[in-house]
Amino acid sequence: MSAKQRPLSPFMIGPYYKPQMTSILSITHRATGAGLVVGTLLLVYWLASAAIGPKAYAHAQAVLGSMLGQLFLFLWTWALFYHLANGIRHLFWDAGYGFELEDAAKSGWAVVWSSIILTFLCWLIAAP
Amino acid sequence: MSIRTPLAHVRGLGAAKDGTHHWWMQRVTSIALVPLVLWFIISLLAVSQADYDTFRHWLSNPYRAGAMVALLATVFYHASLGMQVIYEDYVRPEGAKFIALLVTQFVLFLLGAISIVAVLKIALA
Repeated sequence: MSAKQRPLSPFMIGPYYKPQMTSILSITHRATGAGLVVGTLLLVYWLASAAIGPKAYAHAQAVLGSMLGQLFLFLWTWALFYHLANGIRHLFWDAGYGFELEDAAKSGWAVVWSSIILTFLCWLIAAP
Repeated sequence: MSIRTPLAHVRGLGAAKDGTHHWWMQRVTSIALVPLVLWFIISLLAVSQADYDTFRHWLSNPYRAGAMVALLATVFYHASLGMQVIYEDYVRPEGAKFIALLVTQFVLFLLGAISIVAVLKIALA
């Protein structure tokens, strides 16, 4: 294959690779990372509003407490837990542990379920 | 015998000297973010519904303000490193990649500056 025709990343999405649990979780890690970056806008807005004054803070609380704000925060919570859990999984890989296919599948499911459970747990606790 | 390719030999550039720096800093920031994010989540459970005075009082504690500044600095550094990898993998041509990277890093630096100043303003008030 000449250098020009080599598949460029993301070659895992497309005709070259069959989608697998590990590859789906990997691309989800990137997607949640990018999503969390967008979510930092809300964090900055919230902190800046608290620094500006009571009126701005009340407005920010109203925006974040709205239907759309709560939906966004809920997804953001899941993205944060997913990226945190899968990030820890990556750190273990970096240290050389958990590379067997069976282990990678097990840790992958642990990431999926822990992120979902922790998200719901947080929202149950935080519910007014 | 040299293991360098003929082209590399002609160019004579050698190693970039900081080849693993990006990778390493991504790991260092992610390790630091594990306890910081856990603290942040637990804190949000406590203050997400707080009124203005309660929240300002909560954040004015120097331990909390310090942890928050550390979290923000690490988050935006980690975000910048992560977005760089995404652009390098997916954005083409080279010019678009460069502009996307430059704009993102400027914006992330700005967001980091705004949020840290906000925390300091509350902490030092």
